[in-house]
Parts: sequence; structure tokens; C-alpha cells
Amino acid sequence: MNKHFLGDTAVLLGRSLRHIARSPDTIITTAIMPIAFLLLFVYVFGGAIETGSDSYVNYLLPGILLITIASGISYTAYRLFLDLQGGIFERFQSMPIARSAVLWAHVLTSLVANLISLVVVIGVALLIGFRTGAGVLGWLAVAGILVLFTLALTWIAVIPGLTAKSVDGASAFSYPLVFLPFISSAFVPTGSMPGPVRAFAEHQPVTSIVNAIRDLYTEQRVGTDIWIALAWCIGILVAAYVFAGVTYRRRIS
Amino acid sequence: MSIPPTEHQVEQPAIRVRGLEKSFKQVTVLRGVDVDVARGSIFALLGSNGAGKTTMVKILSTLLKADAGTARVNGFDVATQAADVRESISLTGQFAAVDQILSGRENLVLVARLRHLKDPGAIADDLLRRFSLTEAGNRRVATYSGGMRRRLDIAMSLIGNPPVIFLDEPTTGLDPEARIEVWQAVRDLARGGTTVLLTTQYLDEAEQLADRIAILHEGRILVNGTLDELKRLLPPAEVEYVEKQPTLEDVFLTLVGAGTDREQR
Repeated sequence: MNKHFLGDTAVLLGRSLRHIARSPDTIITTAIMPIAFLLLFVYVFGGAIETGSDSYVNYLLPGILLITIASGISYTAYRLFLDLQGGIFERFQSMPIARSAVLWAHVLTSLVANLISLVVVIGVALLIGFRTGAGVLGWLAVAGILVLFTLALTWIAVIPGLTAKSVDGASAFSYPLVFLPFISSAFVPTGSMPGPVRAFAEHQPVTSIVNAIRDLYTEQRVGTDIWIALAWCIGILVAAYVFAGVTYRRRIS
Repeated sequence: MSIPPTEHQVEQPAIRVRGLEKSFKQVTVLRGVDVDVARGSIFALLGSNGAGKTTMVKILSTLLKADAGTARVNGFDVATQAADVRESISLTGQFAAVDQILSGRENLVLVARLRHLKDPGAIADDLLRRFSLTEAGNRRVATYSGGMRRRLDIAMSLIGNPPVIFLDEPTTGLDPEARIEVWQAVRDLARGGTTVLLTTQYLDEAEQLADRIAILHEGRILVNGTLDELKRLLPPAEVEYVEKQPTLEDVFLTLVGAGTDREQR
């Protein structure tokens, strides 16, 4: 590792965070869609959904948090794409800096921006009646899962950011990620779904992650779900990180 | 135009390129390029679009790997000593590589920090002054004119005083007044001892600035010499074109009232 890696990453992170501070609309737009889903499902559809939980907002929030992250990470692809287009990426690459710092700065920026969006969404959820008895440890565990999920999805976002031919292409990849929670236990229990859909829903990452967060919020014993959730997050994270690294090296050589 | 056309034997040239080749899939862009650039000189790589100028600059600035041949910048091999090359150079790409959302000053501070220099703020303020950007220093770059952006771009390239600077089509898309501003900045650089390799598709730009000019065409250097040497080679029709361009520009500048700039030309 280059001796300047940490310093260079910090400098470039400062740059990206300034971008966010100067266009806070990216945080707002990230949070608006999940908040709209939250309100829509709690106040329109929720009454007709039988979850076995006494409060639908409590049932719904974990999935909404994942949707927030899935829509937030598309900004990483977008910002990376703009850096490549604008030529500043080449300026950085021709300078004596740690080369991976350029990517890490974008990834850490995504983490900060998504955490802010998540706080906004949780704030709205609290306003409309979300309640949890989870203590500090419970919240820390939830935060840990969300951070891992954000990192995993952000490294996926790096790939289209490096390879896209247009701005639209750079952010279009996130649509299926936003859609994934709908075919999971995020909105309705999987038991109500027909066979093949149910099989998919029960074996895709979102369901185990949602169930793990839900258990942490309701202070139930976390079962195997949390281990499956962690395995998914770390597995996706490692695979996306390796693939993004390969894409990056191909891009800069 | 005092640089002798013969190679320096005493001192290594700032840039030495031998047999450079590069292809992208089926398209051969460079077919064996040989070039030497003397220290402290301005060298213009002249060529039409697609001639391979940008590819060559990217190889010299370690952004691309050559398929064959060698290139040394400031004595370091671009393939095996890329980190040393990056310490020695600055690249100003075809499009002003500045951060639009940051202010001019923040851009300069950013580069100074990434070059691990002490007192980035003082470096930024000094460059803002040298490039007449002090007043605009705290404004976002998005509000700058094309000429101001280019000046900022070049100012960013000077941070850390790299001995070799690459300018890839530094005046493409600029209006005549902004071009003159950029030309002045380039001349000041060379006067300070920096080696400048610039690519251009404008004949008059090479004529105005360069100590030596090489014409890159279809991946090969057709000619390489001083302006006077080249003038004797070029067919008369093209010479006429060179002569005509400044005249039009003079008319333009006179009409828009920038008469004083003519003295700098």
C-alpha cells in the first residue's frame, strides 16, 4: 500500500463531501422515494396487509432502509462518471498519489451520504409511529449491517461508474436493486407468495437482511438470519470489490 | 528559437521517445514515433484530429501503456518508473480538468495537498495572483469563463513545480482573447525553465509558441524541426494559411477592442 493512501483518501474524501454539502439535494432525492414508499404503504396499502406484527411501520422500516441505500448508491456511479468525463480523473491519475485513493474517496462519500439519508428516513418513520425497544447494542448491530450493505452496493456502483457511456447508463443499474426488496419479506410475509416467487424471495439477500434488522428492532433473539445476512453482505462486498478493482485497473492501464 | 536542432549530448533530454507504438483493437494509432524534447524548451506536436497526439500525451503521462518502444520523461521510464514520472510531470488534458463545484482556490489547495506540499493555502494564493484570478478565487469554477478555467487548469499544473508539463490542445474551444492569455502563461512557464510539450491542431499556435515543432500524421512523425526549418518544407498553400490566421484574429481583436493584446503576439 502506498504511504500516502490514507492522507490522499482523506483529501479526496473532503473534496467529495464538499460536493454533497453544496448540493444537498442529492441527499434529499435519495430520501424522498423511500419516504414516499413508507407513507404509501403505511397509510394506503398497509391496512390491507396482514403481517402478524402489531404495527405495520415497525414491520416495514427495515425494507425501506434497504431501498434508501439502493437508491443512494447510484450517486456514486454518477459522481465517478462525472469525474471521468470531466478529465479531473485523469489529472488525479497523472499525479503522484495513491491510485486507489480516488475510488476509496468515492466509496466513503457514499457511506456518509447514505448514513445521512438513513437518519432522515428513520426520523420520518419515528414521526409516523415507528417504535423500537432496541438498546445501544441493537442499534449498533443494525448500523453495522446497514454499513456493510452500503459498502457492498457502493462497490457494485463503482463498476458502472467506471464503464458507463452515458449519465443514464451510470445510474440505471440501481433500478433492479431498488426493486429487489419488493420480492422479499420487506413489505409482506413471504408465506403469502406463490411457490416459485416465494422460493426466490426466501433465498435472496434482502429477506435475510430485513429479517435480521427486524429481529434486532423487536428485540427478539436473532436467529440464523443475521449470519445469512452477514454472509450475503460480505460475499457481495468482496465480489464487487474484486470486480471493481479489475475494472479500475483495466480502465487506468 | 535558439534551441539547436541537434541532440544534447551533455544533458539528457527532458523527453525521449523511441519507436513508440500503440493500437486500440484494430486501429493503429502510433506506428513508431521517435522524439526528443530538450530541457526548458516548448515543443509542439502538431496534427489533425485523430493523428495520435492525445494518445502520445497519455502514454507520456503514464495514463496509457505503449505496445512497443520506450519513452523516458525526466530520465524515468514511463513503463517501469511510472511513480517517478508522475512526480516529474503535470498533465493538462484536452478539457479543463478542474472541479466545477469547488472554488478556484479550493481547486489549487486540493492539488497542493495531493502533491503533499506544505502550506497549500499560500501556494494557492500565490498562483491566483500570478494568473490574475485573485478576485475570482473564492467563486465556484462553474461561474468562470473558458479562459479563466484554462488559466486555473494551467495554474493547477504548476503546483509543485514539475519540470515537465504536458498541455493537450490547451486552446481548443477558447476565443481569441483567451488563447492569447493561455499563450502568455505558456511562455512564462518556459521562461522559468519548465519543459512544455503541447499538442495543437492550430498552425499559428505552434508558430507562436514552439521552439521546435513536430508534425504527427497517421501515427508517424512526418517532420521535426524549428519553425524556419519547417517553413521551408511546407508547401506554399499551407504557409499561406499560417499567414492568414493572425490577420483574421487581428481584425477580430481590433473590432472587439482588445487592441493592446496585439503587442504580446
